[in-house]
Amino acid sequence: MTTLLETRGLTARYGDFQALFGVDLVLDEGETIAIIGSNGAGKTTLMRSIAGVLRNPADGIRFEGRAIGDRPADEIMAMGIAMVPEGRKLFPSLSVEENLQIGAYGRQTGGYWSLETVYELFPVLRERRSNPGTALSGGQQQMVAIGRALMSNPRVLLCDEISLGLAPVIIKDIYKAVPRIRESGASMIVVEQDIGQAMAVADRVYCMMEGRITLSGRPGDLSREAIHNAYFGAQA
Amino acid sequence: MIWVDTILQGILLGGLYALFAAGLSLVFGIMRLVNLAHGDLIVLGAYLILLLVTLTGLSPFVAAAVAMPFMFALGYGLQKFMLNRVLGDDILPPLLVTFGLSVVLQNALLEGFSADSQRIQAGSLSTASIEIAGIGLGVMPLLTFASALVVIIGLNQLFYRTSLGRAFRATSDDPTTASLMGIKPAGIFAKATGIAMIIVTIAALYLGMRSNFDPSIGPARLIYAFEAVIIGGLGSLWGTLAGGVIIGVAQTVGAAINPEWQILAGHLAFLVVLLVRPRGLFPRAVD
Repeated sequence: MTTLLETRGLTARYGDFQALFGVDLVLDEGETIAIIGSNGAGKTTLMRSIAGVLRNPADGIRFEGRAIGDRPADEIMAMGIAMVPEGRKLFPSLSVEENLQIGAYGRQTGGYWSLETVYELFPVLRERRSNPGTALSGGQQQMVAIGRALMSNPRVLLCDEISLGLAPVIIKDIYKAVPRIRESGASMIVVEQDIGQAMAVADRVYCMMEGRITLSGRPGDLSREAIHNAYFGAQA
Repeated sequence: MIWVDTILQGILLGGLYALFAAGLSLVFGIMRLVNLAHGDLIVLGAYLILLLVTLTGLSPFVAAAVAMPFMFALGYGLQKFMLNRVLGDDILPPLLVTFGLSVVLQNALLEGFSADSQRIQAGSLSTASIEIAGIGLGVMPLLTFASALVVIIGLNQLFYRTSLGRAFRATSDDPTTASLMGIKPAGIFAKATGIAMIIVTIAALYLGMRSNFDPSIGPARLIYAFEAVIIGGLGSLWGTLAGGVIIGVAQTVGAAINPEWQILAGHLAFLVVLLVRPRGLFPRAVD
């Protein structure tokens, strides 16, 4: 398999506070990886760095071999890396359908995903298409946020905490979409606090703690104890 | 009947104020930027049209159309190279920069065109009138109001029917998330200010044809524009039209009672609305 996206010794800081300490991560073409870790482990910082919201040294992040760490978010998105941001971040002034449409603003390549296929994936959105995005339930809003990112037919889909604040039934509903998204050809990086969910969807799992990767491997090869240690840092 | 006439004249005058205000409302709605040089930019536009009319003998309307691309470019460049640099969480730096720009523009115009008052000659159009149901209405005020309607409808179409309009609204909501959609907020702001300058050119056309102007009258136009925006509710385009009409009606009614009260009545109407509805008549739900 060919490497699609990788980070090499990626560091990131907010002013004096360093959030990432040399993160190495590889995403292969067609693969889904999960990043797990507790609050403050640096998962969201890592996602924001890849998406270009935080600027990094150019060489820290490579996409299809090109150094992209220093590119701004709008250019990263046009290359084919779309993000479902933490907390959904729908645009309150836009209707559900407009929120979806704007997802393709910077990248209109055509491909599997269109309004029609997103509505097939999440049929409830078709009924609510003219509602303001923020008038929906949390789960429906999350569907809009995922659909919005898919509208650009991304090569890489970054999902930051898509189960945050949702009921378990709804989380299951949303994760049902993952196989369809994979079939469409997108590679995925899924950030999760819910270890079970992460293990279920991912080909490989990275565990983060305090800005470093503490463990990585295939879900089947990782023991619960090893994950526990990597997650909490405690030697049980 | 005289009252109906007065109020109608006021509504039509409101069209002029709505034209002054629409560009201000557009820019504020998208980037929360209050452009204190707005009035002076209108005066600049009036001089540009005057220059074109004098040099080439074009009709003022054609001259305004010729001026539009230049004014768009001016707005685009102004935003891109100057205002974008000071936009941020703090609202003071852009206020100071546009205040400075206002002073610079007034003095540059004074230097270039002297303090003599000027007028864009519109020929017979400026005195033409038509009579509807016994009320004589000036063609110029009617044209002004119609232009204001066209501008507001056009802006609404742009905002709610086009991809650029969606990008305007999304950027206004949340520039960071907008950038995740491939939108470059700095570019969106530059386009918005460019479009505002096209509206400024239309406002300048009517300002220059309807009354005398000189380099110092910009700030007073800014106040009318600002009052119209505030009365209508920040960020609402139809509200801006309503705000312009309220000021216009207040001014003509005030003038009908006592000619000295015209300007004062407009400002009083603004204060009354501010007291009763501090957020304006049609505030945007999200802010």
